[in-house]
Amino acid sequence: MLNFAAIIEPYCMKDFFQLIKNLKKDFTGFTKCKVAVLGDSSTQFLTQALRSTGYEKRLDLDVWETDFNQIERQIYDESSELYTFNPDIIILFQSAHKLLSKYNKLTTDEHCMLASNELASIDNYYYVLSAKLTVKIIYYNYTEIDDNVFGNFASKTPASFLFQLRKLNYELMLYASNNHNFYVCEISTIQNRVGKTTFFQSSIYINYEMVLSMDVLPEIASKTVDLIAALHGNFKKCLILDLDNTLWGGIIGDDGLENIQLGNLGIGKAFTEFQYWIKKLKNRGIIIAVCSKNTESVAKEPFEKHPDMVLQLNDIAVFVANWENKVGNLRHIQSVLNIGFDTMVFLDDNPFERNLLRENIPGICVPELPEDPADYLEYLYSLNLFETTSYSQEDLQRTALYQIEAERKTMQKTFVNEDDFLKSLNMLALVESFNKFNIPRVAQLSQRSNQFNLRAVRYTEADINFFAASENYFTFAFTLEDKFGDNGLICVIILQKESEQTLFIDTWFMSCRVLKRGMEHFVLNKITNFTKDNGFVYLKGEYIPTAKNDMVQHHFKDLGFEILNDFWMLNVANYENKKCFIHEK
Amino acid sequence: MEKEQVEELVKEIFIEVLEKEDIVLNENTTANDIEEWDSLAHIRLVVTIEKKFNMHFSSREIQSWENVGEMIECIYSKVK
Repeated sequence: MLNFAAIIEPYCMKDFFQLIKNLKKDFTGFTKCKVAVLGDSSTQFLTQALRSTGYEKRLDLDVWETDFNQIERQIYDESSELYTFNPDIIILFQSAHKLLSKYNKLTTDEHCMLASNELASIDNYYYVLSAKLTVKIIYYNYTEIDDNVFGNFASKTPASFLFQLRKLNYELMLYASNNHNFYVCEISTIQNRVGKTTFFQSSIYINYEMVLSMDVLPEIASKTVDLIAALHGNFKKCLILDLDNTLWGGIIGDDGLENIQLGNLGIGKAFTEFQYWIKKLKNRGIIIAVCSKNTESVAKEPFEKHPDMVLQLNDIAVFVANWENKVGNLRHIQSVLNIGFDTMVFLDDNPFERNLLRENIPGICVPELPEDPADYLEYLYSLNLFETTSYSQEDLQRTALYQIEAERKTMQKTFVNEDDFLKSLNMLALVESFNKFNIPRVAQLSQRSNQFNLRAVRYTEADINFFAASENYFTFAFTLEDKFGDNGLICVIILQKESEQTLFIDTWFMSCRVLKRGMEHFVLNKITNFTKDNGFVYLKGEYIPTAKNDMVQHHFKDLGFEILNDFWMLNVANYENKKCFIHEK
Repeated sequence: MEKEQVEELVKEIFIEVLEKEDIVLNENTTANDIEEWDSLAHIRLVVTIEKKFNMHFSSREIQSWENVGEMIECIYSKVK
């Protein structure tokens, strides 16, 4: 039967067709990245969706695909187009449907070996690819197909397809956690969310070998590009929250402490669960800030006194509650945290505030919160706002670090003389080569540092391990502590032996939270002396501009390097140590 | 819905999907007659028609069409 409304109404987009209009847009100035798609089903539309979605994240993805079913040949044949293309990222998409076909062809005895056999073959792919290319692998996990040959008994039967498929998905997670450059992209959870009838269209699959429906392609592309963007250091670091009707139900100033909605009953439950989610993000290393139109003491009252508050004041890195414009307040938060607006997410139930911030603060992410607080979480889950490519011990402590920074800022105001202030901090730095304890953090900082980063070349843990072991590289990791606390690892230098005379500064990045503390001078003193002591004459630096590292464009000049053919040179023979109030531990 | 209406809507979809304003369609038109109508475009046509008419084609139907006329006949048989 025909539904007239469906004909008259324009079919609703940003669907695939709308999305691929991006293909014709101008990608000039976007970050370039070569992506190879190796699939066992037809991937032309996926390829288009990936490039189009990249546009929305300022990525110029050069996407190349093989004809389907060429995965093995492309990987094992050294002269294949894949190696000529030389991708930065490979997307391996082996579909659940092809997995089922493989299962179907096995004997009954072999069925329970499916997952292990597949994992062995994936491991082999990874091994061969890693040996021949400097590449990261993104592996699409398997969407569930229940053939119901065993019914519910499948769960009790290792030889069932469902058992093997789920086992393989689990094994993939274990595999990814043990192999640095192997990432799993969760397309299975997308199918769980949108439903298999939306995800997969059997008539199209049978006729055209496509296992992804047009409707789901933008979702798949988005989840993939989130990961690619994160691998390029583009991810969210901070969540800024409104309070009334966002963090709890009701208005604290009007309704009072007893009457706001929070806890296990009724609508309060929605806010409590929402707070637990935020707490988990905080523990994962996302900085939480508050920006609310309220009197500060009133706004803090629930944090201090309400028994059902999950978030405590010490979870909040910066707490701003006043009656000023939120745009100004957001700028203040940004100045304290010293991170880009494009790394911030702002959640507010009020559409007016949302629009105001969207219009006035370029780059900030402001999701449309649903009207019903009960929908907050499911909606926010679906956005995948907090993609990351690393997780370390330091993430747990980030909030404390920023709170200390806020304290330091207050104290700085009481000193008129900058030197007196710096002296009073009693700063101590530890300098070490890369070792197994600091390597994860070095790699993480390499991905995260955008502003104080001279060349902004990103290294993975595997790369860092390589530098640590190589005789041609000298590595330095700096920590900094002061009387307020320990900043942890905040600066990294990699020197490359370029000739008998010259050491090239391959990497110099520093965490922005230790700016203006004389750390640059400490570092330069350290590496200059190292250069001298080891019989070299020159330190050679290079600045590669990115969209975010303006801050250090004059870095080498300011430190006394002289320009020579696009590089910066320092003759260490004449070098005198720079003034600095940091002592070495 | 009259057959002419179906024809008109299908033509609109062809124009939009193939991005070709001056398209000429008649019953005997096949993919060979229109340069932009390749296999990928064909999938897009099928999916768009399904969406716009809120209907579903079986895999046999999709395979069976030899020309535009048969395609329209198939759609018409589902809307009338």
